[in-house]
Amino acid sequence: MKAPIVVVALIVSMIAGHAAPAASKEWTTVRIATEGAYPPFNFVDAQGQPQGFEIDIARALCERMRVTCTFTTDDWDQLIPGLRQDRYDAVMASLEINEERRQRIAFSRPYYRTPAAFMTRKAAPVADLSPAGMKGRKIGAMAGTVYAAYLEDLYKAGTEIRLYASLDEASLDLALERIDTVLGDKIALFEWLKRGKEADCCVFQADAHPSVSHFGEGYGVGLRKDDTDLRQLFNRAIDEIIADGTYQRIRSGYWPFPLR
Amino acid sequence: MTWCELPGYWVGNEAIQNYGCRMFGGLGITLQLVVISVALGCVLGLAVALVRIYGGPVAGRVALAYTTFFRGTPLLCQLFLVYYGAGQFRPFLDSIGLWGFFRDAFNCAAFTFTINTAAYQAEIFRGAIQSVHRGQWEAARALGMRWSQILRTIVFPQAAIVALRPLGNELVIMVKSSAVASLVTIFDLMGTTRLAFARSFDLSVYLFAAVLYLVVVEAIRRVWDLAERRLTRHLHHA
Repeated sequence: MKAPIVVVALIVSMIAGHAAPAASKEWTTVRIATEGAYPPFNFVDAQGQPQGFEIDIARALCERMRVTCTFTTDDWDQLIPGLRQDRYDAVMASLEINEERRQRIAFSRPYYRTPAAFMTRKAAPVADLSPAGMKGRKIGAMAGTVYAAYLEDLYKAGTEIRLYASLDEASLDLALERIDTVLGDKIALFEWLKRGKEADCCVFQADAHPSVSHFGEGYGVGLRKDDTDLRQLFNRAIDEIIADGTYQRIRSGYWPFPLR
Repeated sequence: MTWCELPGYWVGNEAIQNYGCRMFGGLGITLQLVVISVALGCVLGLAVALVRIYGGPVAGRVALAYTTFFRGTPLLCQLFLVYYGAGQFRPFLDSIGLWGFFRDAFNCAAFTFTINTAAYQAEIFRGAIQSVHRGQWEAARALGMRWSQILRTIVFPQAAIVALRPLGNELVIMVKSSAVASLVTIFDLMGTTRLAFARSFDLSVYLFAAVLYLVVVEAIRRVWDLAERRLTRHLHHA
């Protein structure tokens, strides 16, 4: 089964003018694939062009790496196979770094994380959001998420944990004063806070401790394991755009808070 | 090891062992919800049935509208209407001192289940009461018995036999329907099972929950068999 795929991939890559990745390859063109169906991170505009936060970051990275980048979109399920078959060189599609994927592909260092944030009522801020400070209070989160697991692990003693079918229901109950705080994905909570009506009640109070074992390592550029040189290029470029403020400028066009 | 970890230990399943205690705790919440709502619903349902039969045209219509609405809409929909709807009427509920009651998820669920099961039980009681032949009423009146006396000593004992089986069914349905309470953050049996599954990714916790529900339902069935034998003892000949 595997052999024909490899042969086809080889032929395709030869026609496309790309030799099999060699260690000393000089990168001049990098083909980046995204899903194009995850706004505002990556989506396809009316002209059919990929746009979004990750595409903006990708353009900044390519400028830093002094390479020409081309963008394509592919189905979510096809991204990792497509990368391995050399249909493109890098995947930037909010691909979360985890051990299972590490078996098959390599990752750059993460270029964003979704912070876990505590939202509270403006009228009733919680002085101390630590497990000790939350004793006797009620925290809401969406059932079955990493946030619920985080609360179960750290806040179980002395705090009442309420789990909801959706994050919006938890937020609504916060507005109704049934709970004291909501822990959730800061980007999703931010969407709720933008929508108004009940959302006027509430603000972000603090981010949760970025526990890698709960919230993961973040989202990185997916790369082939062989292309260690390309990985180094990406890692260096990510460091550079963060250091010189380019990253922050792009990010602040989408969200008013850091994604770490 | 406490008793509630034993089932998981016996079947050799780590998830059931780890979450056994929470699931039994959840079963306790489920039973509380069902017992409270079915008992209160029984009283309310009987009142609604009497209003429907003897309450005259206006009150009778109101009672009919009540049973039609609560039997005709999904329980989950009613629960969300009460739980999140109470929040929309918060200023009003505050002013009559009821927000404290509706703020609590358990109270909202118990309230919703009560008015829901009352509607079903009202129909069961109405049918049972009307199954007692009119002639018995007339005979009792002729003997000079009072209305309340006729109901208590003649109509209800006979209606109870007719109502018993459908009431048992209603109780069993409530045990199973009460699982929707987990959607308003109550850690009933279903809520704790969902939590156990989210942490362990082991589907057998759902199987264990199903077995617990089944045990409760089977226990109800046996109690109902005993109750029926007792209510109909005058029909059995030695």
